[in-house]
Amino acid sequence: MIFKITQITISPTLLNCFNDLHPFRHSLFNDLKINSMIAQSFQYESPSTIKEAIELLQKHGDEAKILSGGHSLIPMMKLRFASPEYIIDINRIPGLSYIKEEGGMLKIGALTREAEIEHSDLLKKHFPIFTDVTKLIADPQVRNMGTIGGNLAHGDAANDHPAVMLALNATVIATGPEGERAIPIDEFFFGFYQTALQPDEILTEIQIPVSQHGTGSAYHKLERKVGDYATAGVAVHLTLDKNNTCTSIGIGLTNVNPTPLRASRSEQALFGKELTESTIAQAAQFASEDCSPSSDLRGSEEYKRAMVAVLVKRMIHKAAERAKA
Amino acid sequence: MNKEITITVNGTQHTLEVEPRLLLVHLIREVLNLTGTHIGCDTTSCGACTILMDGKSIKSCTVLAVQADGKSIKTIEGVSAEGQLDSLQEGFHLNHGLHCGFCTPGMVMRATELLANNPNPTEEEIRWGISGNLCRCTGYNNIVKAIQYASAKNRGVPTASTEPEFV
Repeated sequence: MIFKITQITISPTLLNCFNDLHPFRHSLFNDLKINSMIAQSFQYESPSTIKEAIELLQKHGDEAKILSGGHSLIPMMKLRFASPEYIIDINRIPGLSYIKEEGGMLKIGALTREAEIEHSDLLKKHFPIFTDVTKLIADPQVRNMGTIGGNLAHGDAANDHPAVMLALNATVIATGPEGERAIPIDEFFFGFYQTALQPDEILTEIQIPVSQHGTGSAYHKLERKVGDYATAGVAVHLTLDKNNTCTSIGIGLTNVNPTPLRASRSEQALFGKELTESTIAQAAQFASEDCSPSSDLRGSEEYKRAMVAVLVKRMIHKAAERAKA
Repeated sequence: MNKEITITVNGTQHTLEVEPRLLLVHLIREVLNLTGTHIGCDTTSCGACTILMDGKSIKSCTVLAVQADGKSIKTIEGVSAEGQLDSLQEGFHLNHGLHCGFCTPGMVMRATELLANNPNPTEEEIRWGISGNLCRCTGYNNIVKAIQYASAKNRGVPTASTEPEFV
């Protein structure tokens, strides 16, 4: 079966190969007789305003693809998994790269590079989870190009920001011909490389409610080596009152489900409850049951479920420690 | 349709017509004949093609040449000034920071940005800093020493005591 997802035509099997073999793609070329690392021809546009970019999207529809950091898109184009006819480079649009606090919201511009997030003092202070996650995204050079907007808009459950955004209850701002619209993160990820973004919309901003006192967050992923996709990854964001009762909780899982997954039953197991070894163990067990990882060269399904449980426990402890600090 | 771009490479400005799908690394190697920048994996993994674009280290096999329009590029050929080895090059030379040498240009370019952002990195910071560069001779220990040498030299700290490690 072939999925046609806007301009990316790709078979699930091929995609799995791509994800699995990420560091070993040379063997993929031999197996599939792929010998090109040159993208198919396309037309390049570099609009200088969002309005212009949206007009181009309206004009070219499914045949256009937005280029942000390009570190997911260009590899796919080189392997010819994606062959857009038009590339709309939004990097020359000013005002899309920022990290600021405004009206009780943390706002991150879609073009903000991972490296800027990694080294942001504001984020280190209020959301150490961003330092956790960006350090684990690919490597320093990739983080100099890769953007948070692209990481989310790519709609890949193997990417790390989606789980973090689920835990933080983020809102995605999409800009289209009618202006801006806010998409709650729970309504953003649809399926395989599919998001709630319409073909004429651009992800422009991410908003996150600024945490109240007693809040902590943490992310970790198990990876075989630097730059690999997660074997399993877990993001936790929680608030504790003075009785160690969990008054808010968000848990997101990376790469153990066809879409980025909120561990809802785990959240319910903790919300309004005292954080104890037994409530934490219950939450960890629910998460390992509710995800649906596939066996691949990173590990068997059972192994991944077990690792989800371990990471949920560890991240709850780490977030709780930070909440109390 | 080809696109006209203007880029500055190692201080020299070039105006060229390029196909949009041309990768920056191919522009550097095949159009400008600066073959010091290597292509190792072609899949953003190995870091051999690392260059500086506006001072930031990037993997030029995953950037389109058109994306570099108006930018300033520095490659390994632009590192030494007037025939004098740069402190990193000297560090790699004195500490045996290379075996086959294939990864070296990428290592030097990456380390250039690392030291610009963090003039006195710890060993751990150096190892994290070069985590996007693979050395398949596994000569990492001496690469780390080479970067430590350059860091010390740049800061005016005596560097004579460094001993290369042969393993």
